[in-house]
Amino acid sequence: MRVEPQFLPSTEAVEPIRLLDEAGRLAPGAEAPLDPSRTLEALRFMMFGRAFDARCWSMQRQGRLGTFAPITGQEAAIMGSAMAADPARDWLVPQYRELPALLRHGYPVERVVLYRQGHPAGGFVPPGVRVMPYQVSLAAQLPHAVGIGWGMKLQAQSGVAMVYFGDGASSEGDFHESCNLAGIVDAPVIFLLQNNGWAISTPRSIQTAGSDIASRAPAYGFPGVSVDGNDLMAVYLVTAQAVERARQGGGPTLIEAHTYRMGAHTTADDPSRYVDPETEKGWARRDPILRVQRYLAQLGEWSEDRDAQWRKEIEADVDDAFERASRFPPPRASDLYEHVFDEVTPALARQRRWHLQEAAGGDEETG
Amino acid sequence: MAEMTMIEAIRSALRLEMERDERVIVMGEDVGQLGGVFRATDGLRQFFGPSRVVDTPLAESVIAGSALGLALTGLVPVIEIQFLGFAQNAYHQICQQLARSRYRTRGAQPAQITVRAPFGGNVRTPEFHSDSMESQFAQNTGLKIVMPASAPDAKGLLLQSIRDPDPVLFLEPLRGYRMISGEVPDGDYTVPFGALRTVREGSDVTLVAWSGSVPVAAEAAELLDAKGVSAHVVDLRTLVPLDEAGLVAALERTGRCVVVHEAPATAGFGAEVVALLQEQAFYSLEAPLRRVAAPDSHYPLPGVERDFVPGAGLVVRAALETLEA
Ligand SMILES: Cc1ncc(C[n+]2csc(CCOP(=O)(O)OP(=O)(O)O)c2C)c(N)n1
Repeated sequence: MRVEPQFLPSTEAVEPIRLLDEAGRLAPGAEAPLDPSRTLEALRFMMFGRAFDARCWSMQRQGRLGTFAPITGQEAAIMGSAMAADPARDWLVPQYRELPALLRHGYPVERVVLYRQGHPAGGFVPPGVRVMPYQVSLAAQLPHAVGIGWGMKLQAQSGVAMVYFGDGASSEGDFHESCNLAGIVDAPVIFLLQNNGWAISTPRSIQTAGSDIASRAPAYGFPGVSVDGNDLMAVYLVTAQAVERARQGGGPTLIEAHTYRMGAHTTADDPSRYVDPETEKGWARRDPILRVQRYLAQLGEWSEDRDAQWRKEIEADVDDAFERASRFPPPRASDLYEHVFDEVTPALARQRRWHLQEAAGGDEETG
Repeated sequence: MAEMTMIEAIRSALRLEMERDERVIVMGEDVGQLGGVFRATDGLRQFFGPSRVVDTPLAESVIAGSALGLALTGLVPVIEIQFLGFAQNAYHQICQQLARSRYRTRGAQPAQITVRAPFGGNVRTPEFHSDSMESQFAQNTGLKIVMPASAPDAKGLLLQSIRDPDPVLFLEPLRGYRMISGEVPDGDYTVPFGALRTVREGSDVTLVAWSGSVPVAAEAAELLDAKGVSAHVVDLRTLVPLDEAGLVAALERTGRCVVVHEAPATAGFGAEVVALLQEQAFYSLEAPLRRVAAPDSHYPLPGVERDFVPGAGLVVRAALETLEA
């Protein structure tokens, strides 16, 4: 007997959900899920993110910052989702391109400056701020987010965990293990996949032979959504609904935000070796920041004057971020010996004395 | 002979072996179109095509694990793990599956696979990119551990690794990729495993190092020279197999020894070297054996990495202490 498999590969990608077109016009009949003041709030973070990138890029080129990953092009995916999270009860678990989301959630910007300067103090998370630090080891943050969501659920808290990751990271085993457990324990987790088309030089087509990464969700027993990641309104709408569902005990959602990395992977990358400039130009027309500004202009909430004014204010905010970071004392060799264990081990104390040429019996602070 | 950087020497070995042996395939993250994030595989795609120079999905465990399957079908995989820190995502596959395959099949299914990975500090990388993890791998028997410190060795040892019938972890010192260069012989040659290299002859104290720590030991030897101390410097080249007789002979030259490595001290490979010398050369010792290693901390953010990675100054201090002992 010849049998037909019941589960066939989905070959056609679904149309991502979209509310704003490239000209910033709301889809016919659609209602804006963010009012003008919240839209402006999101836009401010988006513009800050891009300005901060530009400043960091030039400082990196001057040798004053280490390698970092810009967010340019991905601002709507980042802020549309972050706007749906409540800093007082929800957790944000980033990969490494989510700067403005972290800031809205209460993470101090000077810590990001310090981190990029390579200062050990850059890792500190102030008490009460519900974020984890940047994650460089791809997909390693996904299991943590499942634990956070699950833990809140076990303790009958209403928070959700929003975890960000890339299309490349979705190929790691940790992605599968995390979705699987989140589905089983019905953890309130929003898996926010920023599909920016690339993992360094590797295109999405080499990460999976499937059509949409979001289409994997039903196999784990929860819903998946595909959304235009350069559309602030659409990303907000689908994330807010997923957050609401998770709060009501409806479990996880996998959101695939289709966006584009407009530029290099990091300051160490040379995308001219693999990116077709035409593709890049096409995405530039879909710039997520311009789209929001055009939308707001139609409401009379955005003008050239306001744009100029904001840019000036944002430059001052960026100056301020660096200024605040500069008030930290420079890193010290002794930083290496602190926070390794709760209490310093005899070996570490001995090593510290020898490396730093400290007198025996000296101050072995555990800090 | 041609003057080459280490990365060029590695690239020339890959190209030579892929030309010589059509079973060899190269695979990993960004190795094809981009030519690797450090360009170790640059140009190979043009010569050998996308089915022999394979861009993989971002998934270290399946890169390593599928290499075992590929090897069972008669291919000779050379896989790249983009940074050694991420090899831990493939740790089980490399250390338990690849390394154990020969043993558990009583020789029927050996794993002729080379795992290349860069590692090592002082190049201002993000977190997890710089850790020295050789001793973690060295405890898994069945896996050979090759750590060149010179350009000609990088080529000759890589050719030997690819041809070796056992799985080999071939570790490349990141900061040496372009900083280390030297005369590299043309054409085909191999450097045997388990034969250390004498970097410099000396009579007062023996400095033992491998990979990125060899230039540190060599610099320390220069500084010691200026203080009237003659240092004998050896480069282990391979940790597994280890040149035990060569190490004992190097110790016997001076009776004093400082081992230098970039990994943290506790359970670092320096402990193995020191234990071996204590067991096999006890009566030649003139002073306690010393290790200069990173402290038992985590590889830090770049702002303090120079205080973490042992530099020549610490090696000099330890060497002088052994001379005072
Ligand atoms: C486990 C692991 N493997 C490899 C790397 C090296 N690496 C850093 S970023 C990157 C690509 C990531 O792509 P993606 O997840 O799509 O995120 P994006 O950078 O595009 O935002 C790679 C391969 C890493 N950081 N972690």
